[in-house]
Amino acid sequence: MSNYLLVIIIFCYLAVLFYIAFIAEKNAKSKWVNNPYIYTLSLAVYCSAWTYYGSIGTAANSGVDFLPIYLGPAIAVPLWIILLRKIIRISKQHKISSIADFISLRYGNNRFLGALITVLCITATVPYISLQLKAVADTFAIMTNEPHPIGLGMFDDSTFYIALILAIFATFFGTQATDASEKHKGIVTTVAFESLLKLTFFLIIGVYVTYYLFDGTEDIYNKISAEANFDSLNKLPTLESGFNWFFMLMLSFTAIFLLPRQFQISVLENSREKHLKKAIWMFPLYLLLFNIFVIFIAWAGKLTFGENANAEYYTLLLPLNSGHTFLALLVFLGGFSAVISMVVVSTLALSKMISNNLIIPYGFLDKFIKAKPEENALYIKNIRRISIFTVIILAYFFYNNFSIELSLYSIGLISFVIVAQLAPSFFIGLFWNRGSSLGSILGIILGFAISTYTLILPFTIEAFTGGSEFTDLGLFGIAALKPYALFGIDFLSPPAHAFFWSLSANILCYLTISVAFKGHYRERNYAEMFVDSKNYSSLQDNALVWKGEAYVADIKNVLTKFLGEARTQRALLLFFKKYHIPSDTQMADARLINFSEKLLTGSIGGASAKILIAGVVKEQEISLTEVLKILEESKETISSNKALQEKSIELTDLTGKLKEANEELIVKDKQKDEFLDTVAHELKTPITGIRAASELLMDENDDMPPEIRQTFLKNIVSDSDRLSRLINNILDFEKLSTGRQQLNLKKHNIQKTLKKAIGNIQHIAAKKEIKIVNLNSFNFELPYDEDRILQVLTNLLSNSLKFCEPEKGVITLDYKLGNNCIEVYVKDNGKGIPDEDINYIFDKFYQSKNQNTIKPQGSGLGLAISKQIIEKHNGRIWLEKGVKVGSTFGFKLPFN
Amino acid sequence: MKMKKILIVDDEPNIVMTLEYAFKKKDFEVYIARDGGEAMHILETSIPDVVLLDIMMPNVDGYQTLEHIKKNDALKNTKVVFLTAKNKISDIEKGLKLGADKYLTKPFSIKKIVSEILGLLN
Repeated sequence: MSNYLLVIIIFCYLAVLFYIAFIAEKNAKSKWVNNPYIYTLSLAVYCSAWTYYGSIGTAANSGVDFLPIYLGPAIAVPLWIILLRKIIRISKQHKISSIADFISLRYGNNRFLGALITVLCITATVPYISLQLKAVADTFAIMTNEPHPIGLGMFDDSTFYIALILAIFATFFGTQATDASEKHKGIVTTVAFESLLKLTFFLIIGVYVTYYLFDGTEDIYNKISAEANFDSLNKLPTLESGFNWFFMLMLSFTAIFLLPRQFQISVLENSREKHLKKAIWMFPLYLLLFNIFVIFIAWAGKLTFGENANAEYYTLLLPLNSGHTFLALLVFLGGFSAVISMVVVSTLALSKMISNNLIIPYGFLDKFIKAKPEENALYIKNIRRISIFTVIILAYFFYNNFSIELSLYSIGLISFVIVAQLAPSFFIGLFWNRGSSLGSILGIILGFAISTYTLILPFTIEAFTGGSEFTDLGLFGIAALKPYALFGIDFLSPPAHAFFWSLSANILCYLTISVAFKGHYRERNYAEMFVDSKNYSSLQDNALVWKGEAYVADIKNVLTKFLGEARTQRALLLFFKKYHIPSDTQMADARLINFSEKLLTGSIGGASAKILIAGVVKEQEISLTEVLKILEESKETISSNKALQEKSIELTDLTGKLKEANEELIVKDKQKDEFLDTVAHELKTPITGIRAASELLMDENDDMPPEIRQTFLKNIVSDSDRLSRLINNILDFEKLSTGRQQLNLKKHNIQKTLKKAIGNIQHIAAKKEIKIVNLNSFNFELPYDEDRILQVLTNLLSNSLKFCEPEKGVITLDYKLGNNCIEVYVKDNGKGIPDEDINYIFDKFYQSKNQNTIKPQGSGLGLAISKQIIEKHNGRIWLEKGVKVGSTFGFKLPFN
Repeated sequence: MKMKKILIVDDEPNIVMTLEYAFKKKDFEVYIARDGGEAMHILETSIPDVVLLDIMMPNVDGYQTLEHIKKNDALKNTKVVFLTAKNKISDIEKGLKLGADKYLTKPFSIKKIVSEILGLLN
């Protein structure tokens, strides 16, 4: 393909990207731009040219070793719901604009830490960008079939111009707003679009290679497994390679959080937290799709070209080899997309760090204070623009000097290892409030130094001197200091080895220093705010402890310099309204100081904001005792709150119990009322009879027929009997149910008691010609109150008599020994008790409807009293269910 | 003059006996029922001038009996008098609300009952 044609295609493609970015910026509020799919796709900025080309190279040379780089993020993604959500909330609250801002804010807005992180990120990102340039240059050469001459003057090198175009694109869309915490919808949308393209093209080439050039996966596998060294490539045979895998997983795990471009996209460009929910399964799916064909393309390339081609570019070489130039062009554009998104997002993220964390806090502040607001905004933008260009030019020089020797894959890993040095300060700092800025700074420096020694230095020295004594023999020839085998650990791959040593030292240093030296109170204040996960959703301006003197007018002046008159007025108005402060207040309080710092952070970074504000206020060092007092007070409030809460729970419990008791009382009261009602009614009935009969007898003594008089007199006697029986029963029942009736327990013979009971009732039975049969004649002794049990038996027997028909009735008495008790049965062949009555039969004053006598002669208390008596003996009384003829009552008495 | 008819509904035979005697002496034609069911049965064939009705009875109680009487058009001129041991104000209100013409309580004076009934009928 001709040089010029390819350049024209590239320009057309870039024009499309510009157009998409432009449209997206214009419709920044539309749902086409703000949805979880765009968010997820933009996350795939992770898959740069390194993935697109490099992983095939690794797969061809080292087998499945390319996988951990994608497994790490896949493992990390489920954690996003907890971790990333917290990070996003904190970042939004504090108008964080980069990972340097985020970490330095956690450690008390430490200016040096922010700068250190920025330098570290530049060091990590520049080689990474150079890797992208290398990929573009290499593939451009392959496509045009012209060997790419490296080391030309840069103005003769097409790669340089491509780098410039990328810089222009990033500048145009990355520096539109002064406030760096603003979103970049245009860039995010193009990144998402490019992610879609690169995946599609990669899948197309995968299908093409696997199913068109070869006969499917099985065909490739069969052919490649015939090759000599196949087995050693595609297995994990040893413990050492297991370690390698583990460290590579950890490495990519940290990278997905810490790479500046990932932080930019996943945290700062996140418009809605709920997008995370879709991303946690779609992003791993994206990575999976990207990796499906890697191994097959690698094998296919190996089969086709043997050792004669750069395996990293098999995706281009395979279609070109078969004359399918158009397919190769698609692949090239996919790779180009990967490059653009990575470079643009990375430089955007870096430029903000360089301006807000490096340049402004270290030198430009004085100038800003003197300048006019419009000039300040322009200054800030220009600093960022220059930063973007500088980073890309730096990357170009790195590419020109080093990248000939290094593969894409190894450059990528260097970046990962460097950026991983932020992990302890970042992850541990989120959950451990003791982590201090000193620990963080020293940890990062130490880790960075070790990774430089074990990873960067060896190839740098080799690149400049051409010799490998340093690598092979170690520093000053000391074997323990061999950069790739520190202290004899020689089984790890260089990146895994560097990662292991640098991070171990980093963590250890961070922890020990943090434990040994407590941070400044201000720093601890921020730490508390980051760590306290309950508060981060409602972080308030007064969450920070601050003491000092400041005039509102001074602060307003500073704000105006950066935000302009109108924005400052509006912001302060909102602030005064929110806290109900009169707008003519003279002295600023802690809330206004914190609020203003936050406002400025977006434009110039946290560290600079702090310095600026500090310039106009007279902050007083808070003494340790005062901090302690403040902490003590808040602790007291918390603990008294807790105590109150406990008390209130206790009270609620008590109230519940009282309510229950009250309800019980109401029920009892109602029962008592009902009982009294019924007693009254039952007593009134015989009294009514007596009174009415007496009245008649009195009035009409003379002309009343003697037989009627006789009947009335007889009625008076029977009503009186009924009355006294009733009174006795009521008294019995009350005594039993209130527990005042004591049992007179003595050993008795149950047989004798049964006979006595029959004797008591025999005359009535004889009158009605009802038979009473005692089935069991054995003697058995057990302790009970005989008078009471006799009462029960008489009761049951007279009940049966009531239910039986005269002449035909038979009542059977029986008893048997049960489990540690004796069971007595009274059975009759009377009318029986209807099922609906069974449940109530032992209730007081309940009288069954099926009685034979015209009017029940009982008091309605008989069975209730019997139940009380038996239960007092620890026994049980019941009516057998499902009896067809008559009814059967049973009760049991325990032996002891 | 035609004989007045009275239906006494009560499950206590001793009480019924005294009432029966007293009303017969005043030249009433006396019908007796031991519960609501029997009362309804009697009311199918005869239309008394007044029904003297107990409330707490087995099977069909006094309230149900009163409702039955109120529903029957043939009995619209029949007076209903409750005679019961239930003497709470709420009980009395309930009885009158259901449409009883009088509410008398037990224990009672026979003389008073007779005069109340006579007063009601004139």
